Amino acid sequence: MAKELLKGNEAIAEAAVRSGLEAYFGYPITPQTELLEWLSVRMPELGRTFMQAESELAAINMVYGAACTGARVMTSSSSPGISLMMEGISYIAGTELPVVLVDVMRAGPGLGNIAPAQGDYNQIVHGGGHGDFRPIVLAPASVQESIDLTGEAFKLADKYRAIVVVLIDGSIGQMMEPAELPPMQQVDRQRPNWAVTGAKDRDRRILSSIYIDPENEEQTNFRLLERWNQIEANEIRYKEYYLDDAEIVVVGFGTSGRVALSAVRAARAEGIPVGLLRPISVSPFPYARLKQLSEQACGMLVVEMNSGQMLHDVQTAVGGKIPVEFYGRMGGVIPLPDEILEQISRLCYEPVAPSANPRESWMDRMDLAKN
Amino acid sequence: MQTEIVIAGFGGQGVLFAGQVLAYAAMDNGKEVTWIPSYGPEMRGGTANCTVIIADEEIGSPLVRYPQALIVMNLPSLDKYEQTVAKGGTVIVNSSLIERPIHREDLSSHLVPANEIAESLGDKRMTNVVMVGALLAVIPVLPIEAIEKALKDHLPERHKKLLPLNYQALRAGADLVHKERIGQQA
Amino acid sequence: MGLEPQFETVYKRPDTFTPTTTHYCPGCTHGIAHRLVAEVLEEMDLQEKTIGVASVGCSVFAYKYFDCDFVEAAHGRAPAMATGIKRVLPDRIVFTYQGDGDLASIGMAEIVHSTARGENITAIFVNNANYGMTGGQMAPTTLPGQKTTSSPAGRDIEDTGYPIRTAEMLATLDGAGYIVRRSLHDPKNIRKAKKAIRLAFETQERGLGFSMVELLSTCPTNWGMNPVQSLQWIEERMIPYFPLEDFKVSPNLSQVRV
Repeated sequence: MAKELLKGNEAIAEAAVRSGLEAYFGYPITPQTELLEWLSVRMPELGRTFMQAESELAAINMVYGAACTGARVMTSSSSPGISLMMEGISYIAGTELPVVLVDVMRAGPGLGNIAPAQGDYNQIVHGGGHGDFRPIVLAPASVQESIDLTGEAFKLADKYRAIVVVLIDGSIGQMMEPAELPPMQQVDRQRPNWAVTGAKDRDRRILSSIYIDPENEEQTNFRLLERWNQIEANEIRYKEYYLDDAEIVVVGFGTSGRVALSAVRAARAEGIPVGLLRPISVSPFPYARLKQLSEQACGMLVVEMNSGQMLHDVQTAVGGKIPVEFYGRMGGVIPLPDEILEQISRLCYEPVAPSANPRESWMDRMDLAKN
Repeated sequence: MQTEIVIAGFGGQGVLFAGQVLAYAAMDNGKEVTWIPSYGPEMRGGTANCTVIIADEEIGSPLVRYPQALIVMNLPSLDKYEQTVAKGGTVIVNSSLIERPIHREDLSSHLVPANEIAESLGDKRMTNVVMVGALLAVIPVLPIEAIEKALKDHLPERHKKLLPLNYQALRAGADLVHKERIGQQA
Repeated sequence: MGLEPQFETVYKRPDTFTPTTTHYCPGCTHGIAHRLVAEVLEEMDLQEKTIGVASVGCSVFAYKYFDCDFVEAAHGRAPAMATGIKRVLPDRIVFTYQGDGDLASIGMAEIVHSTARGENITAIFVNNANYGMTGGQMAPTTLPGQKTTSSPAGRDIEDTGYPIRTAEMLATLDGAGYIVRRSLHDPKNIRKAKKAIRLAFETQERGLGFSMVELLSTCPTNWGMNPVQSLQWIEERMIPYFPLEDFKVSPNLSQVRV
């Protein structure tokens, strides 16, 4: 299939359609709305289910219900709407249902604004609602990767009966790039052997996240954890750039990862031995690869469009062996390559101690920049 | 090799579509390309801009601080973006709506009375395409023919009847710059 | 031959009911409501195509008692969950079983919009004028002056506003196919309640839109009464505020004889 010029949000929507999406429930919110609009056309014309719910809360619970029937289901939203969905996400995890959720992040907290940000990292990667579970979170950085990972998300959701989040920011949602869509996959209406469809010629089935007996809940949490261990063992994804001889490693996901790529190239052009690790699965997180890199490199720079949320995961991986520095922009501001290049140069020519607090020193530098 | 172009103006001037036409043409020519608009409340409020990056390898940042080329369709856009253009960069100015000169002397600027040209062709909506034609006459990142093909393939069906007019507008923009150059050489 | 005594079955557990003891308090009429729903599902031969949606509140374990496929919703979200199921499996029968805190407080948006959409599902709405499971706090249906553990001096309408007549409100929406209120306080009313539940499921079977039966139900434990007093309290206190009426009956139901 030839490449087409596709907008991120629409590309994800069409990729979901072609992955055999059977039902979508959503609610309008910028900068995600094109996704819902695209599906409002495509799903009915294919005889599939599309519904605009009265709220994100209703949307995620409709998804919860539809997922109970074993249908391939999805919803999407942006940060404030995702906050509302936290309830349903936790129930879906507790009921062990396959669901795909797209979060097109914007700036916050609160109403914030509609500009691109990555401030939902903690909410999704280390959160995802109450209780003890972890969602799989994939963070594409381009339109093509968004398409590919949407298809992948459905497969992973089915494989692990888990919630899989495709985490992008508004700029990827709004951006157009040449990309290739997958071939059309029909809806698979065969239902898995746990689905609730009406107890015809079989015993009845109950799907619930309730385990009144603490021992049973504990067992359930162990089951989720065992599954998570498999996910950690099998589903780590990342992309590497110029790492072979890198002495400085930049780490960034999604948009900040690709902005960092420009900076890394510019630094290479200046002769600085720097490379980039762009985590694609931010949950499970590529701890092992980062640990390896910390043995090869003399410093790391984490770049995010937040105040340093993934930073802690990188620090955990590095374990204090080498200095980890941080550079972030917030509030809907996208960092530009020259800002990151400056940080790479600084790290190269003014080594810092491993014990320094990366967030504090970043704030000091930002203050200096302002004055 | 990477070319960064910012196109700015107000809503209705076809700013976003002009960028998309460049992006389509780049894609059809086997280039890497990103098109990213400013989005949000301002898109309902009047101003619009987009950044197009055309490159030979995987594109990193979809935004740049100092683009190499700028198309400005109105005065507020020139005021906002003139200082951002990279040293030695190109500015295509819609002189139909922008009366002031370019302040920076390190830029290659080209005054294109795009509204007048479009109107003389019989359709004011051609303004954006005139500007794209002029840009490509200055920075040959893509051949004019690629834009023609992109228009043919990607113009919405309801506008297909305007295709010949679009071709004319594209050539008119390019011709103006070529003539300007010949004038300078003479 | 001919000497074995002949027995006629006059009463039995419906096959749509599991052989389980319920967890409801003595004197609570949830059990009656359950039984009526189970009987209707059996009489209409719906067991194999029904998916129930349990809610959060006293009826949180409803899935244990009905012998059909069941899911358990988050608090208030049963109508949204039912919507998700019904949209994917439109030929199945989907019903929610919700209390007043669940349906008329935390889940009011979901029930209103399900009704407005004419979502072809059935809600069994048990109104016992308080939050039973959490120990008898004030609900949106708590009567003026009624003492609860969170309105110990009696519900003060100046402060907490007025009880919500949910059935009347939902009946104003065009998507409603069948909305009535019944009571479970005496055999006559129980029979009427069953007929209403039957009509609600008939509404769904015929695709006539959203159906809901609000059932006035006792809560002796939290009301601090014995079961008989509770039944009287429904009659004397609740019915005057929550009249037993048909608020919306689709004209297409007129041919249905039950």
